[in-house]
Order: sequence, then structure tokens, then C-alpha cells
Amino acid sequence: MAFEALLFYAFAAVTVIGALLVVSQRNPVYSVLSLVGAFFGLSGLYVLLEAPFVAVVQIIIYAGAIMVLFLFVVMLLNVPREDAAEWDRSHPLYRPAAVRIGAVLALLMALELGWALSRTTGLTAVVGEGRPAASSVAELGRILFTTYMFQFEVTSILIIVAMVGAVVLARKRED
Amino acid sequence: MVSLGHYLVLSGLLFAIGAAGVFMRKNLITLLLSVEIMLNAVNLAFVAFGREFGTVDGQIITFFVMTVAAAEAAVGLALVIGLFRHRESLNPEAFTSLKW
Amino acid sequence: MSALIDYLLQPTTIAYLGVIGVVFVGLQLMAAVMVYAERKVAAFMQQRYGPYLVGPKGLLQPVADILKLFFKEELRPKASDAILFTAAPIISVAAAYLAFAPVPFGAPTDFFGLLPEKLPLQVSDVNVAVLVIFAVASMGVYGIVLAGWASNSKYSLLGGLRSSAQMISYELAYGMSLATVVMFAGSMSLTEIVEAQAGYWFAGTGFGFIPHWYIFPQAIGFFVFACAGIAETNRAPFDFPEAEQELVAGYHTEYSSMRFAMFFMAEYINMVTVSAVAVNLFLGGWHGPFIPAEYGWIWFVIKLAFLLFCYLWLRWTLPRFRYDQLMSFGWKVLLPLATVNLLLTAAGVLYFGL
Repeated sequence: MAFEALLFYAFAAVTVIGALLVVSQRNPVYSVLSLVGAFFGLSGLYVLLEAPFVAVVQIIIYAGAIMVLFLFVVMLLNVPREDAAEWDRSHPLYRPAAVRIGAVLALLMALELGWALSRTTGLTAVVGEGRPAASSVAELGRILFTTYMFQFEVTSILIIVAMVGAVVLARKRED
Repeated sequence: MVSLGHYLVLSGLLFAIGAAGVFMRKNLITLLLSVEIMLNAVNLAFVAFGREFGTVDGQIITFFVMTVAAAEAAVGLALVIGLFRHRESLNPEAFTSLKW
Repeated sequence: MSALIDYLLQPTTIAYLGVIGVVFVGLQLMAAVMVYAERKVAAFMQQRYGPYLVGPKGLLQPVADILKLFFKEELRPKASDAILFTAAPIISVAAAYLAFAPVPFGAPTDFFGLLPEKLPLQVSDVNVAVLVIFAVASMGVYGIVLAGWASNSKYSLLGGLRSSAQMISYELAYGMSLATVVMFAGSMSLTEIVEAQAGYWFAGTGFGFIPHWYIFPQAIGFFVFACAGIAETNRAPFDFPEAEQELVAGYHTEYSSMRFAMFFMAEYINMVTVSAVAVNLFLGGWHGPFIPAEYGWIWFVIKLAFLLFCYLWLRWTLPRFRYDQLMSFGWKVLLPLATVNLLLTAAGVLYFGL
């Protein structure tokens, strides 16, 4: 039990630190790599939640495909670092307008979340204590292809549309 | 002793970090990365709730969210490439010609 | 604390640590053996002697190579990105070793009664092992693309991007051929897939000598897996991005000494992993005639050696694909073939109950 709590805090720390680094790094390549690190932390959390299939799929799809796509675009465009002079003048966390809006939003969100959580029952027991975890891959497949069949087919159309759209949008002009 | 509240607080924290990134960063690619952080925060909440109630529905919805995120990242990056070719800059403040 | 020490001193834990040590050291030894074997096999295929000066029949040549790499100067271009330049080979090697973790190389054994229960001969027995290997292969792409980027040089960047584009293109066909085997075996755990290949097809009839390996109904799947595996490891005939004549060694142009040695080692260990996975998925793992199940790892090593020899054979026999031919082969030939194979296998499993 204590070991599981330790693992939870370790993975949560990796995820939060990775996310913070994404938001505060100047070099976009470092941002992408920090996000990959955050995804590894999230994957560990999914394993703790007894969802190993989702954990591995997270690595394959997010860290292995989407982030490689981001990295390719960053490298192909030779993305300039954010304006160095402006960065040195005022780090994004110190810019007045953004800080005001951001601070107000963050405060509102934190207050709302705290209010919602304090009024919810059943939040202090261990996650899913009495109920067994139904997470075998066969079970996932069965429910995906029976209950969620329509969503599955619509998602496949969405992917084809996105693929065609991305190819058309990123093509070089022929003139 | 990790409870559902722990996972929800973590999910909210990640969502807030992602939202803050969308507002504060002046680089289109980092903006898209912050959106990805937000989507992952939501995934975590889904899987945590799925485990709490002992069903696999949480994980299945996670697959759909991941798929939509992949499609959105692909199209978003294609748009970023097009925008970069047009303006040679990735600062969202360079694309303000429609502002009144 | 004392509970921890008690746990560590149990025979099962010691045997498990022994298995991990064997895998780790074994992979490094395999890399060294492959260095020697590649040069000797290449030489004999080209009708010349290979290395024969260092040690009897040149057997100490890998030792000489490694010593040379130790003593070379470690260069780092001034304009390169310091952190990423060093991190890229580390990521490559880490992914290569990690990919071998879920691969079992022998039947669960209790070491002739020394252990209270049987210990599987693999580093970790996850029940989504096939997907874990696929995921770690995706991680290997990062080492290469970061190496190309961090070198801050045109040829390295081009080589790195080409190489990683090739790897992610062939990952699709790789995954689909994995899926066909999973359909046959009904499980994603490598141990269970190998266990499903015990016995013989048509047992009891005149053809009862054909082993129950999945290569026989899945010859197309094996072909797809082999092509995708060779392309994943950037070996000939798919090694355009790192060919010496075309692109000045591609993504590892600027690397020297130990960092280069790590890329080198990562490539050979990836070869060993892909061959080991192919042996487990298609060639029946550690099952084989005439040897009792306890010594199944001997058969595993024999089959692995055969597949590695095929890797070397292909490198020194076939000419190299040009990059656009390579990409069109991956997308226009291999991917449709893998898809059709998947559909046919699904139909076969459903209607004939294979």
C-alpha cells in the first residue's frame, strides 16, 4: 500500500514537472521532449490504475507517434526560439496581462475544483476498492466492438479526413 | 493510500498547467503542446473514474480522445506549416491582420 | 529493512537477478559476437579471409575494436546541442536493451529443483508483452532523430529525419503482422504465444512431423515482419540513411568513440531483439525435437543464430534500396499486404477456428 502511494507520487511528480517544463522552456525541442517525459509519467499512472493496455497505447500513440510528428515539424521549420530579447526582458510568467488573466483563471479553477471536491462523497477510499478491475484486453475489445461500434466507425472516418486534410494543407504550392 | 481525489486533483493541476500554457506562450507549436497536456489531463480523469466504478468504459473513451488528439495534432501542425510558409513567423501575434 | 534483506536472499530473487544479469551480459556478448560474425561472413561471401590476425582465427577482433573505440578522442562539435548530443545515444541504447525485457528465451524452469516454483526465463512477464515491444521500438526513433538534430549539421539532420521517417513508416506493417500472430494465439503475452506453438500440426496423421509453428500458416505474415524488422533496424537492404557512400554515415556522422560505440551496439542489439521476437512469434520459441523442455533455450539460441545469419546474408547479397523506393515499398506494398493478411487471418480464425 505504501509502496503504491510512493509510486503514485513519483509518477505524479514526473508528470507535473514535465508539464511545467513544457510551458516554461524557451527551446521548442526541449518542450517536446519534456512532454514525452510527462507522458511516461502518465503511462505509469495508468499502470497503477490497472489499465496496462491504455498505458502502452499511450506510449505508442502519444509519445511514439504524435510527439515524433511535433519533433519533425519543429526540425523542418527550424523553429526559432521565442524572441530572445523579449524573453530576457520579461519571462512569460511575469508579463502583466497574461499573469493577470492567468492568475484569475487559475484561482477560479482552483476554487471551483476545491468546492466540487469538498462536496463529493466517496472520494477518500482507495480507488475502486470493492470493485474488481475489468481490464483484460479481450474485455476491452468486446465492449469496443459492441457498445461503442458507432463511435469506432466515426473515428475511422475522422482519421481518414484528418490524413487527407493534413496532406493537402502541407503540400507545396505548384506555382 | 491513493484515492480518487488524488487522481482528480492531479488531473485538474495538469489541466490548469495546460491552460496556462495556452495563454502565456507566444509560439504556435508550444500552444499545440499545451492543448495536448489538457487532453491528457482529461484522459487521466476518465481512466481514474473507470477504475473507480470497475468498468472499462473509461479506457474506451480514452482511446477515442487519443485518436481525436492525434487527428487534431496532425491537422493543426499542417496548418502551422502553412502559416509559417506565409509569414515566416510562429508568433501568434504576427497573424493579426483581421483585427479591427 | 530486514524484510527487504530477507526478500533479497530468497533463492527465487537471486535466480531472477541471475536471469537479468544473463540477459544484460548476453546482449553485450551478442553485440560483440555479431561484430566478428558480420566481418567473417561478409569476408567468406566475398571470397576473402576476414580478420585473422588478432587471436586464433581472428576471434579477438571485437576486443581489439572495443579497445580502439575506448581510446579514440571524444569529439563534440562546438555548435551542437550539448545535452541532446550526449542524450541521443543513451536513448538509443536504453531502448534497445529495454526492448529485450519482455522476450522469453526458455521454458519456465525451476533449475532442477533448486527453486520452489518455476521462474520464467524473461526479465518481465507482462501480459501485453507484444505491445510493449512495439512501444519501445517507437522510442528508438527518438535516439536517431535527436542525434540528427543535435549534431547541428545538414547531412546529419537529413540522415536523421530520413531514417526516422523510414522507421515510423515500417512500424505500421510491423504492428499488423504482430496482430495476426496475436489473433492465432489469442493472447498478447509472449510466453503464452510460444506455449501455443508446442506440438505438431496434423498430429497423428502422416504429416505429424510439421511443428505447430506459426510460420507455416503465416508465411506472408513472416515475410512482412521480416521486411519491417530489417527496415526498423536500418539494416541492408533498407540502410540508405546510414550508407557510407550516400550520406556520409547519416545521423551518426559527428559521433566518435564511445557515443558512436553506443549507436553501434544499439543497432546490433536491435537486430538481436527483432530476431528473438521473430523466433518467439513465428518459429516456436524454445520448442524443438530431441531436446527435453528444460533445455529449450538451446533451440532458442540455434534459431536466433540462424535468423541473425539471415540478416548478415541479406546485407551482403542484396543491393540497397534507394530512399524513395524504400518508402514506396513500405507504404504501397508492405502495408496493403499486411492489411490483406490481417483480414484473411481474421476470416480464417473466425470460420475455421484455427
